[in-house]
Order: sequence, then C-alpha cells, then structure tokens
Amino acid sequence: MGLMEKCFGFSWGVHPADHKRPAADAPVRVMPMPERLFVPLAQHLGAPALPAVLAGQKVKKGERIANPQGAVSAAIHAPAAGVVTAIGEIPAPHPSGLPVLAVTIEVDGEEACDGADGGPPPCDDPFALDPAEIGRRVAQAGVVGMGGAAFPSALKLSSSKKAGVETLIINGGECEPYLSCDDRLMRDEAPAIVDGIRIMLHATGAREALVGIERNKPEAIAAMREAARAHGDVTIRPIPVRYPMGSEKQLALTLTGREIPAGRLPADAGVVVHNVGTAKAVSEAIRHGRPLISRLVTVNGGAARAPGNILAPVGALVADVLAFAGGLKEEPARLIMGGLMMGMSLPHARVPLVKGTSGILALSAAEVDDRAPDPCIRCASCARACPMGLLPLEMARHIAADDFAGAAGRGLKDCIACGCCAYVCPSRIPLVQYFAHARGRLAAEERARLRLDATRKMAQAKSARLAAEAREKAEAAARRKAERAAAAAKAKAAAEAEAAASEEARALVDA
Amino acid sequence: MLAAVLSLTVLGAALGLVLGVAGKFLAVEANVAVAEVEKLLPGTNCGQCGFPGCAGAAVAIAAGEASPACCPPGGKAVAMAIAERLGVALDAASIDDDGPQLALVAEDLCIGCCRCLKSCPTDAIVGAPRQIHNVLRDACTGCAACLEPCPTEAIRLVPMPVTLPHWVMPRPLAA
Amino acid sequence: MNPIAYQAGRTYASPHAHGGGKGARAMFFVQLALAPATLFGFWLYGWPAFFLWLVTILSALFFEFTCLRLMGNKTPGRVLCDGSALLTGWLLAMTLPPWAPWWIGFIGAFIAIVIGKQVFGGLGQNVFNPAMAARVALLISFPLQLTTWVAPLPLAAPPSPGWLESLHIALGQAAPPDAMTSASLLGYARSELARGADLLQAFAAGQAAPRISWLGVRAGSLGESSAPLLALGGLFLLASGVIRWHAPAGMLAGVLVPAFIAHAAAPGAYLDAQAHLLSGALLLGAFFIATDYVTTPITGAGRFIFGLGAGIMTWIIRSLGGYPEGVAFAILFMNALTPLIDRCTRPRVFGRTRAGEALEAGASSGESA
Repeated sequence: MGLMEKCFGFSWGVHPADHKRPAADAPVRVMPMPERLFVPLAQHLGAPALPAVLAGQKVKKGERIANPQGAVSAAIHAPAAGVVTAIGEIPAPHPSGLPVLAVTIEVDGEEACDGADGGPPPCDDPFALDPAEIGRRVAQAGVVGMGGAAFPSALKLSSSKKAGVETLIINGGECEPYLSCDDRLMRDEAPAIVDGIRIMLHATGAREALVGIERNKPEAIAAMREAARAHGDVTIRPIPVRYPMGSEKQLALTLTGREIPAGRLPADAGVVVHNVGTAKAVSEAIRHGRPLISRLVTVNGGAARAPGNILAPVGALVADVLAFAGGLKEEPARLIMGGLMMGMSLPHARVPLVKGTSGILALSAAEVDDRAPDPCIRCASCARACPMGLLPLEMARHIAADDFAGAAGRGLKDCIACGCCAYVCPSRIPLVQYFAHARGRLAAEERARLRLDATRKMAQAKSARLAAEAREKAEAAARRKAERAAAAAKAKAAAEAEAAASEEARALVDA
Repeated sequence: MLAAVLSLTVLGAALGLVLGVAGKFLAVEANVAVAEVEKLLPGTNCGQCGFPGCAGAAVAIAAGEASPACCPPGGKAVAMAIAERLGVALDAASIDDDGPQLALVAEDLCIGCCRCLKSCPTDAIVGAPRQIHNVLRDACTGCAACLEPCPTEAIRLVPMPVTLPHWVMPRPLAA
Repeated sequence: MNPIAYQAGRTYASPHAHGGGKGARAMFFVQLALAPATLFGFWLYGWPAFFLWLVTILSALFFEFTCLRLMGNKTPGRVLCDGSALLTGWLLAMTLPPWAPWWIGFIGAFIAIVIGKQVFGGLGQNVFNPAMAARVALLISFPLQLTTWVAPLPLAAPPSPGWLESLHIALGQAAPPDAMTSASLLGYARSELARGADLLQAFAAGQAAPRISWLGVRAGSLGESSAPLLALGGLFLLASGVIRWHAPAGMLAGVLVPAFIAHAAAPGAYLDAQAHLLSGALLLGAFFIATDYVTTPITGAGRFIFGLGAGIMTWIIRSLGGYPEGVAFAILFMNALTPLIDRCTRPRVFGRTRAGEALEAGASSGESA
C-alpha cells in the first residue's frame, strides 16, 4: 500500500463478530445416509453434467452417475449405494427455488467398496505421475473448488501448469463469520491437506505453496505447521483477521504482494488459489481413488440447537442435515446456504446439499436484524469498506435510476459481492441486492441482444431460402420452357422434314 | 454604447455564420438514421407494428411518426437502443414489455396444415403435412405471426419460462 | 421446530447481518458535540439566545414535518427521528446573532429545510449545506439584523436582560440597547481597513477594539464565541469516528497558512493566524459544516481538497472581500464543486490503474512504494 492510500484511508474490509465458536471446537459428527439423496447435475460453475444412469438402475457408492459436458464441467458420483428412482427436476439450492435437474437415489444401505468404476485408480506415489495425469484423475473424481464458487479443480490445475504459475496459494482464511468447516478440517486432517497441497504443487509446477490462515484459528495454524514441518515447499502463513481476507484477490495480495489485474485470472499474476478443502479432496482422489461425494458442512446460527460441523453426503436435504445436527430451537428468520456475508438465502429446507456448500446457517431474527432502508446520506462508509476500491453508493444511485450501463461503467464488473458495503451502511441500503439486480438485468439485456442478432440471421436465412427457392423455381420453369421450346422446335423440324420428305415423295410420286 | 452594440452584432454575425457553415457541412443525412434504426430492429418483418416490414417501421421511427417502442418482439431492449441512437428521451418504465414470449402449439388442436410454417419469419416451426407441428424454442421470437394463419387456433403465446441461469435478483424496494 | 416446515418470507440478498451502525447515531453525536458550546453561548448571551435557538429548531422540525406530509410521506415521524432537521436548525441557530428576533430563525429554518433540502428531494439529495444556504440568504436579505452583535452579558450579570425582557427581545418588540451592541473582531478589522487604517494601530489604539479571547467571552454568534468548546466537540467527533480528519485539517490549513504568510508579509493589512482561528465561524465550519456527509466529497482526498478550498476561500473573503466573514460563502462555493472533486478523486480500483485500465498481467502491486 502506498503512503497516499494509507493517509487517505485505504482500509478495506470489515470485522464482523465471527461466531465461530463453539461450533469450531465441537468434534465432527458423521451424518448417516438419509433414505433418499437428490444429487443435482449442476453443482459446479459451467455446464451441467450429463446423466450417465437410467431411472431404475442400481448404483454403487462412488459410481459415476453423470459425465462432464463441454469445456467447463465436472463429473458427479453416487454418494451412496442404491437405486436411481428418478432423473428429474427438484428445487435448486438457490434463492429463487427454481427447478434444477437432479438424480434421485433411494439409498439401500449396501455400503460398497471404494473405487467403484468411475473414480480414478488409487495410487501410492502420486509424484511419479505425469502432472497432466493428475489433472485427469482429479477430473475423474469430480473435484470442484470447495470454497463456494465450485470451479472444476482439474481445469484450474491444468491451466495453471500452462500459464507457468509460480506460487500456489492455499486458502485457509475462512473469513466468513459462523463458518468453521475449513478450520475443523485443518485441525483434524492437516496431514492429508498438506499431502494434497504437495500433489497440487506437482500438478501445477508451482515452486512453493503458501497457506494463508487467519490468526483467529491458532489450533489450525499449529496443526498445519506440524504437518508441513517436513516439507520445505509448503509454508503456513498466519494472516490478519479481516473480512474478506479469504477472497482470492485480497488473499493473493496479502500473501504475495501481487495484485491480480482486473478481468484476468490469478494465473496472470503468477498465482493460483485453491481452498484447503479442495487440497484434501485432491489427496483423497489421487491417493485412494475416492471421488468427491461428501463434505464437511458447518451448521450454525442462533436458531440451530447444536451448532457444529457435520460430515454429510452430497445430495442430502438441508432439512435432513439440520435434523441430524440437533434440529432448530426456534423458527429461523432466514435459512442460509454458505456464509453470513455471501451465502444464499434458501426458499425452504427441502433443497439438497451440493459440493460447494460450506455451511447451513439458521439465523434468528435478532441476528438478521431486518430493518427498512433509509435514504443514502453519502457518509462513504461503504466506499471505505469496499476491498475493491469501488464507490458502492454511486453504483447504487445509478442502478436505482435504472441506469445499469452507468453502474457497469463505475465498476460493477469489479465488484466481488463480498457484502462489506451493505454490512456497514448506516442507512441499511441493500447495496449487494442492487448490484445483483443490475448484473441480472445487464445479462438479460445481453441475452436479448444476442437473441435479436440470432433472429436477424434466421430471418435473413429464411428470406435467402425463399429467394433461392423462387430462383430455383424460376430456373426450373425457364428450363422447362426451354425444353418445351426445344422439343417444339424439334417437332417442327421433324414435321418440316416430314413435310419435306412427303413433298419429296409426292414429287417422286408426281415424277 | 456604440462599441457594445457593434461588438455584439459582430459576435452574433460570426457565430451565426459558423452555425450556418456547420449546418451545411456537418449535416447528417436522414437515411443514415433510417438505416441504423433498421439495423436495430429484429428484421423479421412480422408486421406487428402496423408498418410494412421492419424497413417501413424504420422510416416511420426515424421520421418521428412512430414511437421507438412500437416493436413488440423487440421489447424494451430494442426500444431503448433506438431511442438512444436517435437521441429521443424514452421512459424505460413506460414501455409495455411482458418479457420474452414463446409460441406454443396445442397438440390436441393442431391438424398439421403447415400454414404456420410459411408464416414464421425465422423458420422456428417444424412439421410436415398431417403431422403435429412443434416450435423450436431457441428460434422462436414470439412475434405472433403464426397465430393468424392457424385455422384451429392451436397456437398461443406463453411467457418464456424463467430458468435458473436466467433468474434475476429482484430489485430492492425503494428506500 | 421441524426444519422441513421452514418457509422463507421473501428472497433475501446477502449479507445476512448488519454491523449495527445507524445514521441517527451520527446525528446524535454531532448534537452532543455541539452541546457544550451551545450551553456556554446561552450563559454568555442570556435568554434571548436560548429563545432564538429554540425557535429555529422548532421551525426546522415544523417545516420538515410539513414538507414530508405534503409529499405524501406516510411516516413523517420516523424521518424526523433521524435528527437531520434538528441538526440543521441547530447549526443554523449557531451562526445567527444571538439577539436576533424570532422571525430570523423562522425564515432561516424555512430557507434551510424547504428550499435548501426538501426541494432537492430530501435527506441526502441536497447540493448545498442547508444551514449555510439559509445563513447566506438571511445575510443578504436582512443585513442589519444579521450583523447586530451584542457584547457578552453573562446570565447572572446585572445588565443581563431578565426572562420577560428577553422574550420581548426574541419577539422583536425590543431592539438590543445600543450600549450593548458590539462589533465582532472581523467586522471591526474590515471597517478599519475600509477607512484605510493600519490594523496594528487600530487594534492598539482603539478603546472599542474587540480583543481576541481564547475563552470566547466576546461578541459573536453561539457557534463562534467559544473556540475551546467547539474544538472539544470536534475532537470528540473525530475520536468517535463520526467525522474524519481530512476536511477539518484541510479547512484549518486553508485559512491559517495564507493568514500566517500574509500577516508576516504585511502585518498592517492582514490579521494574524490566531485572530483568524478564533474569530468567526472557522472552527464551527471546519468541524461541523465542512464535515457534513451529504454536501461534501466521498473520499478522504476529496474531503481534504474540499476543506482546503473552503479554507482558502474563507481567508480570501475575510481579507480581500466585501464581507467580514466568509465561511458560509466558502462552504457553499465548495459544495458546488463537490461533484467535480468526487469525479477527480475516485479511488483506484483493485487490479486497475488510476485511469481505470486493467493492470498489466504479471505486474506486482501497482502503487506499492
């Protein structure tokens, strides 16, 4: 940070009360398989996976039930053995509650062995494998980013290799309040995480790995330090507690001093960022051939009876997870999937857990503190809190006037939706909602534009087709006319010849 | 006094001259606007605006005889684009836009007459004689050109269903 | 409760909690910070000052309520509770001569709330600081009433008017006796300069020359007499985080630096920095007016520029202009420049250059020193 930025108040971020304990200190509970699992086909960024099973088919635990389609996609595996009862639409884990395609599995309790077909083969010495092969195996295991965005990890590994990334950044920041699944994972599974980090180092060709862990997790820092002691290329770096420290760009800047250019990938700054949960999943996939079918989920919030971390299968309903975790004390004011600051509000609890679900928060009315917004008084709290250096109040003013292009010109694309601005706004203006709304409207406008272009092309194609048809018809008619004319001419000639011949004959006769 | 009158007169004359010359040399030809407006219109010639095809509508819009919002299939997006190009003020909220629409063939009413096929400007309806016709969702523009020719009123317009990737976060209630 | 029964009321956007700050809290803190200087002013100028203050504030609340009602606001009471109208009225009262008749406060409140604020669309929409706009409008419209200052007459002192007598003064039925009126330091300096006198001699010789008083026992408005109490209020606001240092520092620097230089160069023609600091509404302007959220720039740099500009303008008006005091004019002038300052002082966006272009790939932090 330059002196100017320090003097003139460049102090991004906020410090929300973290509410991580006692959930973080409670031991992990393993959730038993529910009766039914609903495994969505779109759990990751990119194109939804293509189902590879049929309704009525029996599947083993870990069997691949959907294949990636397109460049950005991920495979999906059966979290439990059972029978596929349906492939159809279920409510998506999304604020809208709109339908999403999912595979429904009736669990029959026959816990089959690891490495059912579909997962990668187990491997004792991953460092002997070709880096590209590691990427392939990670893709086979359907590993996606566990931090929330759920970007297919294999793609990130292979593209980092191509871009020549120098530093692998492992995100153990977990700056979101209430969440503690990464903290718990680091405390319990540090050796596996470090192993995964080293496999990823091998796969990306990066020189070193920096693990950023916020200072409010001393147990995790100690455990990770212990596990990484033997490996010089993995460094544990405690980082200041500040939200959104766990955001890719802010973490990379804090750990390496490199600023990821706007609109570019971290690889353009020579870094790649993976979550600790992803490191663990990579280790599991490569060492043991286990696909990503379950994950640690934090159940927390004022309305949850027994906050803690649950190892739950992907596809389990939020209601089932909550019930297993001890149920609800009271009616929650909001049910959130993900973190307090960036999570999605759920329409109801009958939606499934997905690979990117880090937490389920049942927030009480006191925690949510819902109040009607007041007018903006330009206090600039939002501008001070914004980690991206934007002016949220200006963007919101444009959006309120339906000037979405104006908002886009003032940095809407750079906004990471971290929620700091709305968190500090004394007038409680729902700034993030304004930005999400504007993004949706801009995307809709873009779609309308593309559609119009396509329409124009189709209309032109039709008129071209009609013109071609008319031309062909005309040509055919002309041809027929010509043929007829030729035939007529021939006939005439023949007639004339005949006449001539008959005349000749007559002449001959006459003669 | 005289100096003030003179100087103002000279200033006025000079500025008027500049304006006149600019008007002559920097004139925008009207048909440029027509061509640009036509480029913004869908080009399906569906006739819902009441003008003979998109070219006719473009002439009317550019001449100010028709509103930039007269194209129902184009909706708000087209109206705003035209208004911006022509420099006309247009209230986005006033445009009647029910959102994108889609033609739907009622299978129990379709007799497979093939008349709608010919009317579709984008070839979005597929079918064969005495077979039930169907609408290609990606190609249909909701222009309603197929409603009129159908002898059994088997085609109707429905709003395009909202899907997960197309969902838009609702606008916050006004502060 | 069974989780399966949960049903969301509507679609909620993130974040799902709030830091707890409230706009009304900032307003309350500002009022708290103004209180010591105001109370001191009441003691210093007696009951008429209190009546004028009360009338101004009540009128401000009345006009705010009426405007909200006329514009169809369903809950005008809730808006009144944000404290902004109260604060506007208070700030305006701080800048008026304490013995001005009641209708000065009433008209001032009308100009501030109706013309200065609600016409623009209410809280957060106004371009100019309402209190300053009202003060300038009053100064131009009623120059006599706005420049009649009284000598300090502490409440208990014998010549201080009693309760009833004060009511008469506040109602405008009795003018302040001539013996009690007194020139302010800036006004005295201006008239002496206009006579072509040398300031040093004027202040040394004139028996009637006002004295600089650190304690504030001198003629002036509520908001300019007690420099230490105003500064105390300002420091309290700084410490509580309601205001930030940029605008006050800029404004003080903008007045004091030119004042120091000019006085050093020509002591006979320019007042010294101390006189500038302790006279007029400089401290009130620096800590309470130039820090108004609505009408000043957003960023720290912008606020510093705003304060500096307002300070320099104030010094220019005081030293070279036709009016003895220039804080209100200077603030209004800089209010008009606020959008421009905002435009020029946008913060650098992460991953972009100051001009808004994306950083070069592979470059490290753009601005690290």
